[in-house]
Amino acid sequence: MDRDATADVNAPHSMGTTIIGVTYNGGVILGADSRTSTGLYVANRASDKITQLTDNVYICRSGSAADSQIVSDYVRYFLHQHTIQLGQPATVKVAANLVRLLSYNNKNMLQTGIIVGGWDKYEGGKIYGIPLGGTILEQPFAIGGSGSSYLYGFFDQAWKEGMTKDEAEQLVVKAVSLAIARDGASGGVVRTVTINSEGVTRNFYPGDQLPLWHEEVEAHNSLLDILNASSPEPMST
Amino acid sequence: MQMTTIIQMSKQTVNTSKLENPHSVLQPKISLLFYHFSDLKFLPIVSPLHKLYLKMSNEAMDVPKTGFSFDLCRRNEMLTKKGLKSPGYLKTGTTIVGLIFENGVILGADTRATEGPIVADKNCEKIHYMAPNIYCCGAGTAADTEAVTDNISSQLKLHRYHTGRESRVVTALTLLKSHLFRYQGHVSAALVLGGVDVTGPHLHTIYPHGSTDTLPFATMGSGSLAAMAIFESEYREGLTRDEGVNLVTKAICSGIFNDLGSGSNVDVCVIEKGKKEYLRNHLTPNPRTYISSKGYTFSKKTEVLLTKITPLKELVDVVPVGGDAMEE
Repeated sequence: MDRDATADVNAPHSMGTTIIGVTYNGGVILGADSRTSTGLYVANRASDKITQLTDNVYICRSGSAADSQIVSDYVRYFLHQHTIQLGQPATVKVAANLVRLLSYNNKNMLQTGIIVGGWDKYEGGKIYGIPLGGTILEQPFAIGGSGSSYLYGFFDQAWKEGMTKDEAEQLVVKAVSLAIARDGASGGVVRTVTINSEGVTRNFYPGDQLPLWHEEVEAHNSLLDILNASSPEPMST
Repeated sequence: MQMTTIIQMSKQTVNTSKLENPHSVLQPKISLLFYHFSDLKFLPIVSPLHKLYLKMSNEAMDVPKTGFSFDLCRRNEMLTKKGLKSPGYLKTGTTIVGLIFENGVILGADTRATEGPIVADKNCEKIHYMAPNIYCCGAGTAADTEAVTDNISSQLKLHRYHTGRESRVVTALTLLKSHLFRYQGHVSAALVLGGVDVTGPHLHTIYPHGSTDTLPFATMGSGSLAAMAIFESEYREGLTRDEGVNLVTKAICSGIFNDLGSGSNVDVCVIEKGKKEYLRNHLTPNPRTYISSKGYTFSKKTEVLLTKITPLKELVDVVPVGGDAMEE
């Protein structure tokens, strides 16, 4: 009966998370880690926190997994109707405002922080941060989730206006991997989504390809492989 | 107050869950009169396009309260504080798993249902039928998993009649997740949903609060950590059917032997395109071995002094007076 000692697998599914959205000249890049935890157990080590709303607007979800999934489903539905009525692709601003209205009007019930990013022909690439209470804030870059605490200083120093696509992508991957190194609730792989006038590109950086930081050890295969090796190798620290 | 009592009583008679003794005294009262839960009270999300300025806090409303009412929960807490032992409910401690192999999906489950520290059912079925091509394993409160899978299974059947097509796994997924989110985690059902439809094999996990994950292999329940350890070391893409069944069996056995909430036998369900196999009790690693062949004898403790049989006497003699005999 006291099997909750190790993990409460019926705890609400929350995404510890590190989520990032940055603008560069020509579009936006959204980045996220991939860990979903229930209590202390990692329920999904390869989740996809960057969800599509329309062809040109994606969101990064953090906080309660259920709440953020439901909000994104509703907003996708409303945006679809809006697109039909409007006759053109929806703008990022409209998508962000729909998210904001749901978050603000249900603030007592919901626990989710969202970053909306996309590209439209009127404003170009835009990032909107919508944290817990339902504020909407248009920013050149936004960070969210538990791992973002470790990135405020980093972005203050490393962010520059008008980066190229590759610079921005490297910045996002570096930032998420730094947060993963320090935040227990973030981990797994780094996923990025690049949105610009040409379309959408998804990228994936497995955990062992990320740069190593202070006192981090290289990933290697199970030490049980040593049993199959001919001579024992010294263990690394 | 009176209305609440009436509903309470009717709930007692209607209760047909696995429990022998309906513990409706300590269950939250569900407003049986209103099936559709109002968007305002319990389904918190309202359309922003039409209800921009709606206040979420409690307003005095003319519309009667719908959705769950938790008044009785406060009473229950008060009673437990005073020393009343709350009855346990049937939980499936459980190890449930699913994995995708080269031709489809394999689901596995143990068969122990617990009520607190006691094993209430040694051989229960945790793999529930949703559609001919979709099955769902359930962990958590047995009544909840049973009810929610039956409900969504009916909805899927109606949907099949309506559309004239085979059900898709994402349909079942959306119906289940909306239902569970609406109940904000109080329907304690953690599910592993798997099936093969026109778009291919799918495997999803659904948590009691309504969040879902899509995975190539998944485990849920109290034995999920033990089973996940097996999967993480041995799963690979493109397993054959036999390899897949063996891996699932191994994972469930790991849960059965290492988790107290799981035990007894292994059920497996293999779903491929166009066919399915429900292997009930695929493996029985816990047979009852020490059965006395003589049976049980109980020595007589009470001596019989006298045996007297008295036939029941009729107290009333029925004399037909005349007139028509009673119909029926």
